[in-house]
Amino acid sequence: MSDETDADAVDVRGRIDRLLDGDATLVLAVLGAIYLAYVLAGVAFGYGLRGQLNSIANLTFYIGVFGMLALALNLHWGYTGLFNIGIVGFMGIGVYVTALVSKPPVAQGGAAQVGGFGLPLGVGVVAGVVVAALFGLLVALPALRLRADYLAIVTVAFSEIVRFTMMSRTFQSYTVPDTIDLTVAGVQLFSFDPAADTVGLGGGGGLILNYPDPLEALLRTLFLWEPYLGFVGFVQRTLISNNPKPVIDGLVYGLLLLVGVGLFYLLLSRVGKSPFGRVLKAIREDEDVANALGKDTDRFKLTAFVLGSALMGLGGILWYSSRGSITPPSFRPNITFFIWIALIIGGAGSNTGSFLGGAIFAGLLYEGPRYMKNLIETAFELGDAPGNFGTAVAPMASLDPVPFVLYTLDSVSQLRLVIMGVVLVWLMHNRPEGLLGHRKETASSVDLSRPGGRDANDAAAADGGEKR
Amino acid sequence: MNISETYVRYRRSLGEEPLAIGVVLVALWMAWTLVSGLATGGIRVSSLASLVWDGLLRGLIIGLAGIGLSMTYSILNFANFAHGDYLTSGAFAGMATSYLIAGIGENSVGALLLVGAGGSVFGGAIGIGVTTSPVAVALGAIVAGASTIALALAIDRFVYKPIRDESGIALLITSIGVAFALRYLIQFVFGAGVRGTTAAGSVPRVNVPALDGTFRITAHDVSLIVVAGGLMLGVHLLLQRTKLGKAMRAMSDNEDLARITGIPTEQVIRTTWIVGAGLTGVAGYMFVLWKGTLGFNDGWLLLLLVFAAVILGGIGSIYGAIGGGIVIGLTASVSVIWIPSEFGRAAAFMVMIVILLFKPSGIFSGRTTA
Repeated sequence: MSDETDADAVDVRGRIDRLLDGDATLVLAVLGAIYLAYVLAGVAFGYGLRGQLNSIANLTFYIGVFGMLALALNLHWGYTGLFNIGIVGFMGIGVYVTALVSKPPVAQGGAAQVGGFGLPLGVGVVAGVVVAALFGLLVALPALRLRADYLAIVTVAFSEIVRFTMMSRTFQSYTVPDTIDLTVAGVQLFSFDPAADTVGLGGGGGLILNYPDPLEALLRTLFLWEPYLGFVGFVQRTLISNNPKPVIDGLVYGLLLLVGVGLFYLLLSRVGKSPFGRVLKAIREDEDVANALGKDTDRFKLTAFVLGSALMGLGGILWYSSRGSITPPSFRPNITFFIWIALIIGGAGSNTGSFLGGAIFAGLLYEGPRYMKNLIETAFELGDAPGNFGTAVAPMASLDPVPFVLYTLDSVSQLRLVIMGVVLVWLMHNRPEGLLGHRKETASSVDLSRPGGRDANDAAAADGGEKR
Repeated sequence: MNISETYVRYRRSLGEEPLAIGVVLVALWMAWTLVSGLATGGIRVSSLASLVWDGLLRGLIIGLAGIGLSMTYSILNFANFAHGDYLTSGAFAGMATSYLIAGIGENSVGALLLVGAGGSVFGGAIGIGVTTSPVAVALGAIVAGASTIALALAIDRFVYKPIRDESGIALLITSIGVAFALRYLIQFVFGAGVRGTTAAGSVPRVNVPALDGTFRITAHDVSLIVVAGGLMLGVHLLLQRTKLGKAMRAMSDNEDLARITGIPTEQVIRTTWIVGAGLTGVAGYMFVLWKGTLGFNDGWLLLLLVFAAVILGGIGSIYGAIGGGIVIGLTASVSVIWIPSEFGRAAAFMVMIVILLFKPSGIFSGRTTA
């Protein structure tokens, strides 16, 4: 008997090892393939080392942000079954609050710009995440009682309200009083002199992010800035003589994003495997049952929603805070749908799948078409594209497809979205569970598969184990 | 009533009452501001009338578009996020027809069919308008409806039908894919620019006197009312006088039961798409004719308001969709009295959210007619 148990334990451990190996291999294989494709494309473009590194940095950036946001969405949808299509609202709140808190006061920012409170960037990031979480609470408190499709409509309406607020003249700028005093019955209790003169959301013109570069701020905090500059100097002397700093900045930022993805992954895996996460999965499978078993499902859903919103806020900050400026049109619902497509490619319910989906989406669907266009343009000497569809199609009558091809290539940024739409429909028809969604983590804490490991598909025993 | 039920109800009311009190307070404040504004002359009656008129027309469009959305929502049981892009498709198809008829001879056919992509033809120059080119407008509206029906049937056949039995959420996600593909194909073909489509200056108008001024009614306002009112009446008769309405109600209650009772469910679905998409296409065309501009994003921007109207009216009820459309249109338009004008749409969304919280089945629920 004891031998058998040991054998079982070994078998389970072996299976877990194999699973982990399989996952790591899969992730590395997919990433390797994407990077290889980009490097080869770079070779075809005749990029030098600088160009190659730049292209890789760009790719890494998008893999990082989409991976992160898909992971955050997985907590909402994959774990808890909350249909949130207001992601971009939380991202926008995160990065706008960061900007408000960390932008220098207006005197340093130029006359037309609104200023900020001039606090360190770290404070700004924390504030952004906290405010995103608070708004998550604000949305979730009333909305979580709703059916999934109603929750979807409420969240997308919320993200649009956020965007209207960013654009509105009403919140464009606001003059901060020189001192804020709290005086009760002639006794001054509190006096505060804010550094800011004007703060605001900047209206349609957006905000110029004139705080210190996030990468520099982070490295300075870690006392790594001087060594980093030394490294950049070394690269300049040995490898790239032509201003290598932006490229290295981009690469390092991309790597930091990948580290961030790793941290998101660890956090969400821990959450998923905790008792809390098991309740979330139970809610996803059947909320009434979880409720009947004495779990306060509203509370669990609320916590999961707030945590996910905070992570989305952080994702937004990491995406946009290193840009020179932010404008409201960046926060259209399209971004939300991009993240959804990434999650569905990877498979809702699986953290590994979420990251893979983010990477594949970023590499193939988001950046890929543009590279394909450049590749074709490099390979063939092509003229100027026609200005509109009419002039592109007209020569087809005389069997001259070139203008149409040129127009198609020129419109690749729109066609990319058509491709995304078609891919989404195809996935929902043929593989709605995505790449790894079939391995959706189950709610139970113990292995419910049949003993002996003969049951290869890891399915939970739904018949109570009667049909041995 | 047992204890746990009482407890649950108590907890519920604790959660809901602050919100309810808040809503009532806001309503009182709004009424006070309006009355005092009117009394002191801070708000002019004529500008209020103008806002109400604008909101009413906007509401008719939203309601007309909402009927189709409401019908597919209740029968196929999913929120169709591509519905807004059906509106845009109808608008482009109809406007291309109108341009072709009004401008043929002087302009190239290609430029006309592309609705003047890239500024090659201007709607004002070829005199698009219900009085200046009535045939072009009438045929445009018909083509808008017909082409949207064809589009919706094709999409249903190739996209929705194969996954008919999936959950509503799977269909919803699929419809997001359809929306993306449609919207950006339209942009690919017709270009990204927003064009003026009507000869706005030559549309006849009358200034209707209100107490302290006038507000304007144009011929396009009137034609919108006629078309929307006529179509709504038509749908009402169709659903009342034929068995279709009953079959649709049966299907939205229980599709399997409807099928074994002998209702040809696929045929009902097809009819639903035909009625819904036809109304949607015409709504898109009338919307563009009325506001005088056309862009590839128009339908998507209207979609959330249409959703708001449908939810407000109760999913599945066509009268609810119409009533909800008018409420939402009025909200989006009249709310600028109390809040900055950028937040008109936000106010409409807030109304929808509040309705969802207090009466998720809609304010006209219980009277589902089709």
